[in-house]
Amino acid sequence: MSPFLAVIARDLRLARRQGTDIAMTLAFFVVVVALFPLGLGPTPDLLARIAPAVLWITALLAAMLSFDRLFQQDSEDGGLDQLVLSGLPLALLALAKACAHWLTTGLPMLVLAPVLAISLNLAPDSYATLVATLALGTPVVSLFGVVGAALVVGARRAGVLVALIVLPLLIPVLIFAVSAIEAAGAGLPVRVHLLFLGAILAGAIPLAPFAAGAALRQALD
Amino acid sequence: MHRFANPTRFFRIANAVLPVLAVVSAGLFASGLYYALFDSPADYQQGDTVRIMYVHVPAAWAAMACYATMALAGASFLIWKHVLADLAARAAAPIGAGFTLISLVTGSLWGQPMWGTWWVWDARLTSVLILFFLYLGYIALVNAFDDPDRGGRAGAVLALVGAVNVPIIKFSVDWWNTLHQPASVLRMNGPSIAPEMLLPLLLMAGAYFSLFGVMMILRLRSLYAGRRLRQLRLAAASE
Repeated sequence: MSPFLAVIARDLRLARRQGTDIAMTLAFFVVVVALFPLGLGPTPDLLARIAPAVLWITALLAAMLSFDRLFQQDSEDGGLDQLVLSGLPLALLALAKACAHWLTTGLPMLVLAPVLAISLNLAPDSYATLVATLALGTPVVSLFGVVGAALVVGARRAGVLVALIVLPLLIPVLIFAVSAIEAAGAGLPVRVHLLFLGAILAGAIPLAPFAAGAALRQALD
Repeated sequence: MHRFANPTRFFRIANAVLPVLAVVSAGLFASGLYYALFDSPADYQQGDTVRIMYVHVPAAWAAMACYATMALAGASFLIWKHVLADLAARAAAPIGAGFTLISLVTGSLWGQPMWGTWWVWDARLTSVLILFFLYLGYIALVNAFDDPDRGGRAGAVLALVGAVNVPIIKFSVDWWNTLHQPASVLRMNGPSIAPEMLLPLLLMAGAYFSLFGVMMILRLRSLYAGRRLRQLRLAAASE
């Protein structure tokens, strides 16, 4: 097995054996989304209108909670040094970490979001677009998250810091994703928003691992 | 450039430049504000509100120049490991955050009478807001480590990642249909702004940039002194 796949397989195995880590992130996602109908009261129209933003913002916040899984534990137990010594280029190591993070966080959210959208009374026409924006957007979240997590290895209050760094960078993703879902609900064309999301993803796939690799190198000096 | 990476040599020159730059900055601010507030025509549509522009536009330019300075200083710190480059990036961050805040606040004050709203989420305003958050994230990140060198390196990488945002700010008004007006000074066919308005604008731009220089030198001095103090304390503690 190539080192790249081995890193992904290792992270997936760790995630399976420490299953509560993923479950907690997803439970946070579900609980926070469920708070909105409770806080706003039974107003289906209002819920339907804010549903895209609620789903996306909650997904981003839940993802922020999952980034400390990426490098913090590895750096504390010395596993990170082993990974670096394995000879795998640091950018590829970062990409593998991002893939594993997406498979354990982005993908489950992608499955959960339409179910939660029902509870928020999202417009029926918007479901396909919701899934499409999550499919294009959550990999970007994982990729930027790897950059942020690599930057804060060894920092004080790393969990808060990574959110402070990564959330501003994800503002464009949020804007295009929510506009796409709203456009779909209003019967307008969604193609242009999805193309922007795709462009961000296409830029992030080669650039973010490179930046994360540079950050990791600085962290290990 | 490497000649000036030596702090003693750098500060010898910087200390000589500082009073000159301070006087230049004060003079430019005085003349620029005089022209901007009294001796320039009111706009035919905006009336006297246009005078906010002379504070707003140069602040936005300075904010972006500050970010470019920070990113370049960060890159040279990563490449050559000059301590002074790290200090320069750290020195630029709060100054840039200040300039960004000035441009956001003055823009908002201008937007209320002109657009009828304090804030719109268009591409230009949003990307400048992201710039402001990037400054805050940078400041938080560089101070989050016990070892200042480690913080400086992480901050340098973040500054370089965030540099994607600078061209987005510049071209946001061309790429998207924004409420914010398109470029009227730095454009391919020469400035489209009236010359009697361009003069105070450029004077104010000079004033902001020289103020940036003054504050950079002052902050560099204090950051360098702080770093020396830390070294001396560590040395004293290890004896």
